[in-house]
Amino acid sequence: MNRITATSRTEFRIALRNRWVAISIAMMALFSLVLSAAGSSATGTIGADRLSVVVASLTSLAVYLVPLVALLMSFDAIAGEVERGTLPLLLTYPVSRIEVLLGKLFAHLAILALALATGYGIAAAAALSVDPEAIAGLPALWRLMWSSVLLGATFLGVGYAISALARRSSGAAGLAIGIWLGLIVLYDLGLLAAIVADNGGVFTTRFFPLALLANPADAFRLFNLAASQATSAAAGVSGAATSVPIWASLTSILVWPVAALAFATAAFRKVIP
Amino acid sequence: MTPTLTLQCLTKTYGAQRALSDVSLTVAPGERVALLGHNGAGKSTMMKIILGLVPFDSGELQVTGAAPGAPEARRHVAYLPENAAFHPALTGLEQIRYYLSLRGESPSLAMELLNRVGLGHAATRRIGTYSKGMRQRVGLAQTLIGKPRLLVLDEPTSGLDPVSRRDFYELLDGLAADGASILLSSHALTEVEARTDRILILSGGHLVAEGRLADLRRRASLPISFHVTPRQGSLPEVHLALPEAAVSGDSLTLTCLQDQKLGLLARISQLGSKVADIDIQPPSLEDIYSHFSKRDGQ
Repeated sequence: MNRITATSRTEFRIALRNRWVAISIAMMALFSLVLSAAGSSATGTIGADRLSVVVASLTSLAVYLVPLVALLMSFDAIAGEVERGTLPLLLTYPVSRIEVLLGKLFAHLAILALALATGYGIAAAAALSVDPEAIAGLPALWRLMWSSVLLGATFLGVGYAISALARRSSGAAGLAIGIWLGLIVLYDLGLLAAIVADNGGVFTTRFFPLALLANPADAFRLFNLAASQATSAAAGVSGAATSVPIWASLTSILVWPVAALAFATAAFRKVIP
Repeated sequence: MTPTLTLQCLTKTYGAQRALSDVSLTVAPGERVALLGHNGAGKSTMMKIILGLVPFDSGELQVTGAAPGAPEARRHVAYLPENAAFHPALTGLEQIRYYLSLRGESPSLAMELLNRVGLGHAATRRIGTYSKGMRQRVGLAQTLIGKPRLLVLDEPTSGLDPVSRRDFYELLDGLAADGASILLSSHALTEVEARTDRILILSGGHLVAEGRLADLRRRASLPISFHVTPRQGSLPEVHLALPEAAVSGDSLTLTCLQDQKLGLLARISQLGSKVADIDIQPPSLEDIYSHFSKRDGQ
């Protein structure tokens, strides 16, 4: 445990010096401010409190931003050590590879949580300042917070895995962008296209919900929107939120971080320094 | 005494290329062993196998009584990689504190370690601003953590100035006196000659020679060169007594094999006052090294 915390402290310090902490906090704060400003127009027709509406918008924002920030922080984690030549020495220390990964994960998760808390905090403060009813949305915001951290953990794990597989930072960066595009953007587009082509057939009723659960980002969106009262405020795939039970999406967002970390550990074990 | 390190018929291939062939050796506690060889002779591969970083194909290997890379072995082995590298954003002090924590030691010992390698003044500067020699010292400092039973040092003195090299070997002497085994590779043959107990010569993945320097010298039976300076005006007489010598300027040079050395010395001393001075040069480590590594077809 001492070795994991020592690794976390060191990684956090490195991220601080590399401005990663500042960049991710500034990014989340900026986007939250923009969302809050955009969402300040009349919402009376929806009948939900201001904060619940903001949570719905933040969910859509987090689906894009959290995986991106997580992949950006993690793609260099192992490939960078290989390229700098620091990995052989580290691996001769009495520390196991999973301990190294967990140390990095906790540091990066702490940074992500800090950035999310700042961003969501700003959005919540903005909503509460104009709408006293917004207090009803706090549970939804809290749910968004911890599920965002889990989503981040998943993509950090994915980032470590591709970092270990690529063994070069440039290759890992390319893979990270590819994964982000594939899982976050193209996956949904593909599903939409399939639904249109299927026209209400077996795919739409049987496989579509499973396909959503299989993607950590979609499961995250389903979970937050299904739990929120403001589903109708969000657009796109989220309409399916009602057809998938909440326990299913919850299971998906809980299982994914573990699976991603297991995958990363397996890939890291294969790296010969 | 149980050896700290035992290799038996160790073989490692990369594709069709044999990096190590049937290498066997033991290193006893407190022993300082130098590993010599050309670039690509297999030195770094052998070290990485001993550290458990690279798997090997066949043979047996025990490091402090455990399998290489096993937690038990890693606890007792310190490593200094060739061109030691660290994260440039950390300071020397932070880096050493981290390594101390990984070994379960108190991070507060970091400053003392950095002082021991003469880096105390730069401890709070980022490693990114360090020179190569300073990075090498950070590397040395981390090998001193805990009480390692085996130190594996890959070109430890590269990048160090002569004074730092001397200090470094003094540190090693202290560790060896405490019972640590040291396996180091080097290109600086002269310093290895004076500072290690045993020499291993690796060539093309084969261990071509192993032993104390005096033994290797005898086995190589390379010629010893004599440099005889006759007294003023006695050169013709001396040359007559030593007809096999070559004249160079106002002195004579001749060579003989190890077992002829005393005979030749007796002949020269018979010349008495005709000889002003005599220099005897045994084959250098460089000569011995090229003799053994060439024999293997390098």
